[in-house]
Amino acid sequence: MSVSLKGPGPVAQYLKYLSEGRFMLQRSSETGELLYYPRSFARGAPSAGLEWVEMSGLGTVYSFTTVRRKPEHGGDYNISLVELVEGPRMLTRVLGMDPNAVSIGLKVRARIEKPAWDPKAEQPLVVFYPA
Amino acid sequence: MNSLRGKTAVAGLGYAGLGSAPGWSPIELGAAAAERALADAGLSIDDVDGLCASTFYHFFPTTSFAEQLRIRPRWTNADMTGGSTFMAHIQQASLAIEAGLCETVLIIYGSNARSSRDIYGLIDLTPLQVAYQPLLPVGAYAMAAARHMHQYGTTREQMAEVAVASRLWARGNPDAALRDPITVADVLSSPMVCDPLSRLDCCLVSDGGAAIVLTSAERARDLRQPPVYVLGSASATWHRDISTMEDLTVTAAVQSGREAFAMAGLAPKDVDVVQLYDAFTILPILFLEDLGFCSKGEGGPYVENGGIAPGGRLPVNTGGGGLSFVHPGMFGLFAIMEACIQLRRQGGERQAGAPDVALAHGNGGYFSHQSTNIFGTAVTLR
Repeated sequence: MSVSLKGPGPVAQYLKYLSEGRFMLQRSSETGELLYYPRSFARGAPSAGLEWVEMSGLGTVYSFTTVRRKPEHGGDYNISLVELVEGPRMLTRVLGMDPNAVSIGLKVRARIEKPAWDPKAEQPLVVFYPA
Repeated sequence: MNSLRGKTAVAGLGYAGLGSAPGWSPIELGAAAAERALADAGLSIDDVDGLCASTFYHFFPTTSFAEQLRIRPRWTNADMTGGSTFMAHIQQASLAIEAGLCETVLIIYGSNARSSRDIYGLIDLTPLQVAYQPLLPVGAYAMAAARHMHQYGTTREQMAEVAVASRLWARGNPDAALRDPITVADVLSSPMVCDPLSRLDCCLVSDGGAAIVLTSAERARDLRQPPVYVLGSASATWHRDISTMEDLTVTAAVQSGREAFAMAGLAPKDVDVVQLYDAFTILPILFLEDLGFCSKGEGGPYVENGGIAPGGRLPVNTGGGGLSFVHPGMFGLFAIMEACIQLRRQGGERQAGAPDVALAHGNGGYFSHQSTNIFGTAVTLR
């Protein structure tokens, strides 16, 4: 069976959960596979079996970069690929530390926050802090 | 896997407005290049019955180019996979020619990335990535470089060697934008953009149009230039976003290269000259590994001490590449053209000996799509 079309689509539902303060991803009830980003198609099992489960928020930095930006434009910032202990990898930011001190393998913990770098943004996102 | 080997050939090459062409649209630049490519081949626009095109700026690239050129092609194709698009067009146009759907295909590209200051065009960046402002595409490649350094001990000095080599080749290319030699120290001390990539690890942002004529091998033999035969062509699509790339140190070039070599009946050791998509210095290092010129993790040492510079172990990016020659948004067609120039032995000061087999490899998106073309001179068909 294909995914249910009732309610918001997968990305909209993911963002809705974040607005409620919950970091949820889809998991196939049959294969156990966790999906990031959220999708309308599961592999190896009917997509109707995708269910939302809460992440622990724990992960490690798989890779990262420091985006160099002039101080008057906000200064340098981190962009990372964080691998969740549950498996999926996501593009995000590591905050709460000097971006130049971030390293591959660093253990991090998720928080759900409105992006401080975009004052107009209302949608909370998953960001990470040193664990 | 050998159904397309030697069936088609590149018969004409042209480019126009390279570097800076303010006031010119991408379509106008591509059309100007098309006229030169047809003249190079000794053909008329009336001979063209197929058209491939893609740009950053057009929903309807083939209809826009066809209208500009005032042709009514029987077959068109606007597959869009990023910088590797044109390597894929070679395969698709070869299939169409072999199937009898058309006989002579123009593959066209145009961009005013420099003058318009628009390197994104219509690109549909994924919302969940955009929200974090990752500074794509350089941010994605920077993370791949960081991971390669972490896993294999690759150094910034080794990546810098790629930029240094490209300048040495560009010195022999009168059309190259940057022809003054640089040193490893110059690259290391240039301003950091996204660690570990500095400004000189990054390609140019240029204007420019390019076009090639692809036709049946039979017809190409009667034309003005020595035919450059398509021996192998294969593409691979592995992901779209950098976050879904399974291993940041292994690209889909593993697959596209293996399949292109199988079609050609050749191996890396048979290749005389190589053009590798070099939007950033880490790319050629990964592609040398994934295409089989060295083993995984050995790309850094491979390019050291001028390994891919003139006089090195393998001539790579002999025109100066996207780092030093030209990079108008997408470099793919220019890599193909340089492969053809080398096989035609028309490289002038930058001619890398007398090659019979050339490889042109394209990269699209964020390592998302890889496409490998292998070309040969007439002796490779014997």
